[in-house]
Amino acid sequence: MTVVEVMFALLGVIAVGSAILVVTTQHLVHAALWLVVTLGSVAGCYLLLSAEFVAWVQVLIYIGAVVVLLLFGLMLTRAPIGQSDDLDSPLGQRIAAAVTAASAGAVLVASVVTSFRGERIDLSDDRVAGSTGDVGAAVFRSWVLPFEVLSLLLLAALIGAIVLSRRDVSAGPAGARMGVVDEFGEIAEADGVVR
Amino acid sequence: MNSYVPILVLGALSLGFAVVSIGAGALTGPKRYNRAKLDAYECGIEPTPQPVGGGRFPVKYYLTAMLFIIFDIEIVFLYPWAVHFDALGIFGLVEMVLFIVTLLAAYAYVWRRGGLEWD
Repeated sequence: MTVVEVMFALLGVIAVGSAILVVTTQHLVHAALWLVVTLGSVAGCYLLLSAEFVAWVQVLIYIGAVVVLLLFGLMLTRAPIGQSDDLDSPLGQRIAAAVTAASAGAVLVASVVTSFRGERIDLSDDRVAGSTGDVGAAVFRSWVLPFEVLSLLLLAALIGAIVLSRRDVSAGPAGARMGVVDEFGEIAEADGVVR
Repeated sequence: MNSYVPILVLGALSLGFAVVSIGAGALTGPKRYNRAKLDAYECGIEPTPQPVGGGRFPVKYYLTAMLFIIFDIEIVFLYPWAVHFDALGIFGLVEMVLFIVTLLAAYAYVWRRGGLEWD
C-alpha cells in the first residue's frame, strides 16, 4: 500500500465514523458540526484522487455554504439547540435506516467495481480529465450563458434575502398585509386585517 | 498532489505544537480553580446565564449568511477562471467582469438598503 492509499483509507474511516455520529448524536448543532468533519474528509479523499477543483468546491460550497445555512437555520428558527429527545428515533426506524444505508452503499460499491473491473488510473498524470484547468475551459468556453445567468440568480437571491429579512423594505402593500415583522423575523402584529 | 506536501507538513507541525503545549500545560501547570476561572469567558463581561432573546438570534444574521454564500459561490468560479486565465484571454476576462458587475449590483443594492449597517 502506498502513502496515498493509507491516507485515503484513514480519511474514509473518519468520513464514515463522523457520518454515523451525525445521525446518532442528540444535539442538532453537534450533528451539523460532525457533518463538517464528514464533508471535510470527503474533500480530502477528492484531493487524494487529484480532483483538486471538486475538493475545493466541496470545502467552499458544502462546508462553507451548506453547513452555514444549516447552522443559521437552527439559529433563526425554534429548532432545539440543546439535547433533544426528538432526535432519538425508535428501533424500527434505526433498523430501516441502517438497511437503507447499507444497501445504497452496496449498490454504489458494486456499480463502481463492475464498471472499472480492476482498471487502474494513473493519478500522477497531470492530464487526468477533470483538472481545474479543464473545468475552467468547459465553464468559460462551452457554458458561458449558464454561467452569466447564474450571476442573475445570485442577484435575485440576495435581493430576496434583503426583502425577507428587513422590516423597512418589506413594508409595501404586501408587507403591510403580512403585519409588522419583529427582530426575529416573526410577525408581531397585523394591522387591521382579519385572518 | 506533491504541492500539498508542505501544507501537510505545516498542518502536522501546528498539530504537534498544539498537542505539546496543551499537554505540557495540563501536566505541569498548577490547578487552583476559583469562580472566575470556571466561568464562561465572555470578553471580561459578567456572563449572562440566559441568552438574550431566549436563545434565538435576530433575523439580521440571515442577511450576513446570504452575503457570505453569494460571494463564496463567486470564489468557486474565480478559481477555475484564474487557473485557466492564460488560455481564455480577453474573452474570459470580459465574461468574468460581467459576472462580477452583476454581483456588484447586488452588493450595491444591499449597501443602499442599509443591509451592511447593524442597527
